[in-house]
Amino acid sequence: MIALQKVGVSFGTGATRIDAVRDVSFVVDAGESFGLVGESGSGKSTVLRAIAGLIAHARGDIALAGKPVGRRRSKADRKLVQMVFQDPYGSLHPEHTVDQILVDPIAIHRLGDAGRRVARALAEVGLGPEHRFRYPHQLSGGQRQRVAIARALILEPRILLLDEPTSALDVSVQAEILNLLTRLRREHGLTMLMVSHDLAVIAHLCERIAVMSHGAIVEQTTAERLATSTVDHPYTQELLRSNKGFRREEGEGLCPSTPAKADPLQSIT
Amino acid sequence: MSGVPLARTGGRSWRDWLLATAPASRRQARLGNWYRSWLAFRRNGLAMTGLAIVLLLIVVAAAAPLIASPDAAILQSLSDRLRPASAAHWFGTDELGRDIFARIVFGSRITLAIVAMVAAIVVPIGLGIGLPSGYFGGIVDAVLMRITDIFLAFPRLILALAFSAALGPGIRNAVIAIAITSWPPYARLARAETMTRRKAEFIQAAELQGASPLRILWLQILPLCLSSVIVRLTLDMAGIILTAAGLGFLGLGAQPPTPEWGAMISTGRDYLLDQWWVATIPGIAIFIVSLGFNLLGDGLRDVFDPRSG
Repeated sequence: MIALQKVGVSFGTGATRIDAVRDVSFVVDAGESFGLVGESGSGKSTVLRAIAGLIAHARGDIALAGKPVGRRRSKADRKLVQMVFQDPYGSLHPEHTVDQILVDPIAIHRLGDAGRRVARALAEVGLGPEHRFRYPHQLSGGQRQRVAIARALILEPRILLLDEPTSALDVSVQAEILNLLTRLRREHGLTMLMVSHDLAVIAHLCERIAVMSHGAIVEQTTAERLATSTVDHPYTQELLRSNKGFRREEGEGLCPSTPAKADPLQSIT
Repeated sequence: MSGVPLARTGGRSWRDWLLATAPASRRQARLGNWYRSWLAFRRNGLAMTGLAIVLLLIVVAAAAPLIASPDAAILQSLSDRLRPASAAHWFGTDELGRDIFARIVFGSRITLAIVAMVAAIVVPIGLGIGLPSGYFGGIVDAVLMRITDIFLAFPRLILALAFSAALGPGIRNAVIAIAITSWPPYARLARAETMTRRKAEFIQAAELQGASPLRILWLQILPLCLSSVIVRLTLDMAGIILTAAGLGFLGLGAQPPTPEWGAMISTGRDYLLDQWWVATIPGIAIFIVSLGFNLLGDGLRDVFDPRSG
């Protein structure tokens, strides 16, 4: 469903050129959920944006549903891929009601039957009709992120890109949103690509995981192997250790002064 | 006030409807949002004063024939020239015996017309240049901003002089001259507002959904720029009124016998020492209206400016 072949993204030219992403290749099958982890600046969000078509990739090939795509996308290509952004406070138009936010994509794609579609999309993400005509500032962070998810799903995409969808939310809301995403993926047969620096979040949602560092993928592994700490690359091992919430007994040994972050996995499972 | 409990509950439910946390329609949500802004605006006493002055100007302009006789503003009566204020002539008469009160009342129409026409020209041009400039950047930005710089370099009064020399003096040419030299700040404001929003995630989300640039500019960015443009426009109104009055004073704006306030000051200056009211009354009118627009603009900025709340 998603295939990247030696994709590279650069910013700037000449001496100031920065290769944000170098030779990234991976394949995500239909219905699969794939995770990209790495620290800030590792290029994981850039990969996501290149797949979404928000930035142009300089080298390599990106294919979605078997079709190569570039920066310019047709409306049909747009409908195939939607994205949920990191910051629910910045990803909703401050002067549009939830209704306007959800009706706009329907109008762009001339899908028709806007009223029913909006009501259904809201119900799907667990919001009621009372939220429909509110402004974003009248909603909580979790509710905003639900609206953002509803906006992404209202076009009925087959691929959903998630850019740290829970990192701006507090832990209990994180768990709710992750459960919602799990359910929506099952119900819609979505292919998901998720970016996060939080191994616990990634491991909850994704079967296969790629670890990125300095713009390149250093290791592709699975959620089980992360959980059992049977990873090969030293960078991945280090990342595992630094995510002390994920493997608490190791983390506590490393950093006793900071209390272990509450484990979202525990609250879910 | 005690005998109207019905009306009071009616008012209460109307308020509740506006302030509902779960509006049932897009219209209710928008009206509710406006009502909340109005509640914030209403707390500002000076701004309410400004609003009252501006509303008064609009009412006087609209109801001018009811307030004063149209003939009194034009009709010359040389036997009654330069009379001080009296019951018959509340503000006295000018050098041709015309009633100054009637001329002030009818002059408000001209002031309001100039202000409205300048706004109607300046805002669309400013947004039309500024929005694409800020959104597309690059060569589009460079070309549009250089055009803006060129227009910014025109001195307003000199251009107005040139205009009236070429096309003949009159309100229309004065409006064109003011508009041509007034839009560049709006283009720059719209460009700056657009640039701060261009990379916002909600714009990216709209791009992802396949929204055309025109749609993004119109539906996403324009509503966000509009409030600061309205504030800027209100604050500029005083300057526009003063410029129009200045052109009238120089004889380049409204032509006699049109009761334009600036032109009234101009003719009154010959009698300033002995018949002070001829020049002073229209001066006070210009002062009050300019002050009203400035107070209103300050109040609107307090309500709209995201940095203040």
